[in-house]
Amino acid sequence: MTNPPSATREYLKPPITEVGVLGWLRGNLFNSWYNSLLTVLVLLALWQVVPPFFNWAFINSVWNSPAEACRDIDGACWSVIPQNISFIIFGFFPDGQQWRPGLAMLLMIGLVIYSKDRKHWKKSLGTYWLVGLVVMATLMYGGVFGMPVVETDQWSGLPLTFMLALFGMVAAYPLGVLLALGRRSRMPAIKTLCVVYIEMIRGVPLISLLFMSSVMFPLFLPEGVTIDKVLRAQVAIILFTAAYIAEVVRGGLQAMARGQFEAADSLGLNYNQTMRLVILPQALKIVIPPTVGQMLSAFKDTSLVVIIALYDVLKTTKVTLSNPKWTGYSTEAYIALAIFYFICCFAMSNYSRKLEKALHTGH
Amino acid sequence: MNQTENQDVAQPTDRPIIEVNSMHKWYGDFHVLSDINLQVQLKERIVICGPSGSGKSTLIRCINRLEEHQRGQIIVNGTELTNDIKNIEKVRTEVGMVFQHFNLFPHLTILENLTLGPIWVRKTPKKEADEMAMMYLEKVHIAEQALKYPGQLSGGQQQRVAIARSLCMKPKVMLFDEPTSALDPEMIKEVLDVMIDLAEEGMTMLVVTHEMGFAKSVADRVMFMDYGEIVEQNTPQTFFDNPQHERTKLFLSQIL
Ligand SMILES: Nc1ncnc2c1ncn2[C@@H]1O[C@H](COP(=O)(O)OP(=O)(O)OP(=O)(O)O)[C@@H](O)[C@H]1O
Ligand SMILES: [Mg+2]
Repeated sequence: MTNPPSATREYLKPPITEVGVLGWLRGNLFNSWYNSLLTVLVLLALWQVVPPFFNWAFINSVWNSPAEACRDIDGACWSVIPQNISFIIFGFFPDGQQWRPGLAMLLMIGLVIYSKDRKHWKKSLGTYWLVGLVVMATLMYGGVFGMPVVETDQWSGLPLTFMLALFGMVAAYPLGVLLALGRRSRMPAIKTLCVVYIEMIRGVPLISLLFMSSVMFPLFLPEGVTIDKVLRAQVAIILFTAAYIAEVVRGGLQAMARGQFEAADSLGLNYNQTMRLVILPQALKIVIPPTVGQMLSAFKDTSLVVIIALYDVLKTTKVTLSNPKWTGYSTEAYIALAIFYFICCFAMSNYSRKLEKALHTGH
Repeated sequence: MNQTENQDVAQPTDRPIIEVNSMHKWYGDFHVLSDINLQVQLKERIVICGPSGSGKSTLIRCINRLEEHQRGQIIVNGTELTNDIKNIEKVRTEVGMVFQHFNLFPHLTILENLTLGPIWVRKTPKKEADEMAMMYLEKVHIAEQALKYPGQLSGGQQQRVAIARSLCMKPKVMLFDEPTSALDPEMIKEVLDVMIDLAEEGMTMLVVTHEMGFAKSVADRVMFMDYGEIVEQNTPQTFFDNPQHERTKLFLSQIL
C-alpha cells in the first residue's frame, strides 16, 4: 500500500467504508433500508435456529449407545445408525455372508474411482469392468467356492441402491444417446419409433413404470417363465432414465453448427464416423451439466423401488425405525441418510465440473 | 478404402475431372440453379464470382453433394453423383472443400484435425498420417501450432489449417467457398498466398471469391453467376477488360 516512488501525485487510500470487512458488509448486507431490515431479520432467525440445533446435534447428543441410553437425553440419538448399521447397509443379506456385498461394493467403488481418470479411458477399462461385474455378481449370488446362494430378493440396502443407480446410469447413457440420434434420423421408421418411445416414457411417472414392471409385465410372460424382480426394476430404471438422457443429448446435437457436419462430410467421413469422432464428442460435452442433473435424479429415484417391495437403503432405514426400540429417532436416521445422498450427489456434480474443465479446449 | 477401385475408374486426363450437364436445383419452389453446364479439366483454376444470393455457394456445394441437385448430371472423376452413398463418399474423398468459416473441429488439436480424414477414411497408419500432416502444416507455415486447439488460433491461421486439412486427403480438386471473406484484411494475404502456391503446384481449384486480384493473377477462367445461371465465363483478361454481358459489366463496375 505504499506509493510508488516515482509518483508525482498523492495516492489516497479509499475511504474505510468502501473496503475491508466494513465495506463488504455495507455493500452486500446493508446497502439499502430494506436489505438492512432483511439482514437483521435473517440474523434473528438464525439466532433462533442455529444454537438450539447445534446443542441438539453436537452437545447433548449420544453417538454410539444402546437405545435405552437415548431415553433420558435432550439431544440427538445418533446411535440409531451405528447400532443398526449392518441392517441398514446390508438389509436381509444373510448374517455371516455380509462380507460378500461389502467386498462387491468396495470393488465397485474402486472401479468407479479408477474410471474417473481420463487417462484410463481405454479399451482395457471395459475389460476391467467386465471382470469386475462378473466378480461382483458371483460375490452377490454365490453358489460357487463354497459361498451359499443368496437369491436376489435378499439383496437389499446399500448394495441394491448402488447397483440400481450405477447400472441405471451406465446403461441409460448409451441408450439415451442412441435414442437421441434415432430421433434425428432421416429414416422415418426409426425416427417415429424413437419419438414414440421417448414421449411415452416421459409421459408416465417412474412409479407407474416400476408398478408395470412388477405387476403387469409378468402377466404377459408365458407360463413358467419368470424374470427376476430386481432385474425388472433395473430395466425399468434404465428405460426411464434413457428417455430423459435422450432429450438432453438431442439438445446438444441441435446446438451443433451445421458447418461441423459439412466439414466432416466433405472429408468423406461416413455417418458413424461423423457422429463418433466429430459430433458426439462436442455435443455430449455441451450437455454435461444437464446430463449430470438427470444422473442425480436417477440416483435419488432409485429410492422409489420401495413401492414394489425392494429394500433399498432408504427402506432398510425405515424398517430399522419400525423397531419399537428405535421408533423415536427417525429425525436422526433421515438426516444421516440425507447426508449420505448428498455426499454421493455432490461427488458426482463436483466430478462433472472437473471433467468439463478438463475437456475445455478454449473456444 | 477405395484405393484400388479408384485406379480402375481413373479417367484419361483429357476427360474433364468435373462435368456438370444441364443441372438444376430447387430449394422448395425456389429455382436456385438453372441449367448449369460446366466442364473442369485437371489442373484448371476457376474463379466464380457474382452478386450475393446468385447461387455460387450452392453450385460448388453440389459438386461434393453437400447439396442435392434435382435434375441433370454431375460427374466427378468419373463417378456420377446420385443417391448412392458409396459414390458420394468416394467423390468427397477426391474433392477437398474450404469453407468461409473454416469449420475446424474445435475439440481436436490442429494435428488431429489434419489426421482425422487420412486415418479414418484413407486408413493411413497414424504415424504416417502424422508425418504427412506435419508436412502440410509446414507448407501453410503453421507447423509450430500443431498441438494447439483451433480456438487458440487467429482466423487466418485457422483458414490455413483448414486448407491443410483438405490437402491431407490428397484431393484431386479443391473447392473454396469465399475462403477470405470472414477474415480481417491483414490476414487475407496469408491465406491467398497459400492458395497461390497451391495453384502453382497444379491443383485443380474452384474458388468462389470477391478477391479480383487473385482472379486476375491465378485463374484460367473466371465465371460470372447471376440469378442461378452462369451468365458468362472467360479468361480473366477478356473477362475483366472486355465483359460481354450487361449484367457482368454492372457487377464489375460495382466491385472494382
Ligand atoms: N437451405 C436453403 N434453403 C432455401 N434457400 C436457400 C438455402 N440456401 C440458400 N438459399 C437461397 O439460395 C440462393 C443462393 O444462395 P447461395 O448461398 O448459393 O448464394 P451465394 O451466391 O453463395 O451468395 P453469397 O455471396 O451471399 O454467399 C439465395 O437466394 C439463398 O437465399
Ligand atoms: Mg455463398
